[in-house]
Amino acid sequence: MPVTLAAETAQNVSFWIIAAVMVTAAIGVVTMKNIVHAALALVVVLAGVAAQYILLQAEFLGIVQVLIYIGAVIVLFLFGIMLTRAPMRRSAEYDNDQRPLAGAVALLIFGVLAYLLTDEFGGDKLHLVQPTQTSAIADSIFRSYVVAFEAVSMLLLAALIGAIVLARRD
Amino acid sequence: MPVTQYVLLSALLFCIGIYGVLARRNGVLVLMSIELMLNAVNINLVAFSARLNDVAGQVFALFVIAIAAAEVGVGLAIVLLIYRNRVGVNLDEIDLMKG
Repeated sequence: MPVTLAAETAQNVSFWIIAAVMVTAAIGVVTMKNIVHAALALVVVLAGVAAQYILLQAEFLGIVQVLIYIGAVIVLFLFGIMLTRAPMRRSAEYDNDQRPLAGAVALLIFGVLAYLLTDEFGGDKLHLVQPTQTSAIADSIFRSYVVAFEAVSMLLLAALIGAIVLARRD
Repeated sequence: MPVTQYVLLSALLFCIGIYGVLARRNGVLVLMSIELMLNAVNINLVAFSARLNDVAGQVFALFVIAIAAAEVGVGLAIVLLIYRNRVGVNLDEIDLMKG
C-alpha cells in the first residue's frame, strides 16, 4: 500500500508539533526551579517520545514506553523526591554555578552532532509502509538476541537485589 | 519523511540532557537528565529501525528501556543512601573521595 501525500503531510505536521512540545518540556526539565514540576515536565517529554514511536509505526514500543516510563519510572522519581525531602516549593539551590559552561558544552556538542548527522543522512527518506508486527519483535528477540535477553534478565535481578541491599536500613 | 528530523530531535534532546547533568546539583534531577539522554538514544534506534526496515533497532530500544529501568532503581537507591548518610543530595557537597 503506497503512502499517500496527504498521509505523509499529516505525519510531518504531527512530528513538528510533538517535537516542539517535547523540546519545550525537556528544557523545562533541566531549568525549572520546582523539582516536582520538573518531574511532571519529564512526563510530557516521555509521552512525546511514545507519540514519536507511534508515528514511526513502532506501536509495541510506544505502549512499553507509556507503561514503563510514565507508569513506573516517574513514580519512582516522585518517591525519590519525597524520600529525600526536597523542598516542594520553588528553590534556587537546584542549579550549580557552572550553568554558562554547561550551556556552552551542550551547544558545542549539538552543533557538531547536527553538522555530522545532516552531512551523513541529509538525503535519506523514511518509507513507512506498515506498522511493525509485535510478533516480529518477539521472533527477533528469541531468535537472534536470546543471549542478550537472558543477560538483561540477570542484570534486572542483580539491580533488584542491589537496590534492596543499598536502601535497606540495618 | 526525511530521517534527518528524527536524528536532529534526538541530538537536541541528548544535548539538553547533557546540560542538565552538568548544571544541576540535586541528585534526583541529574538522574532525570540521564533519562532524557537515554530516551534520545531510543528515538535514534527506532528511527533507523524504520529507515532500514529492520526490527533489530526496536529490539535494542527495548533492551535500553529495561536497562534504564534498572539504572533508575539503583541510582535512586544510591541517592537515598547518600541522603541518609549526609543529610542532603547536593552532588557538589559529596567530596569524600577528593584527595
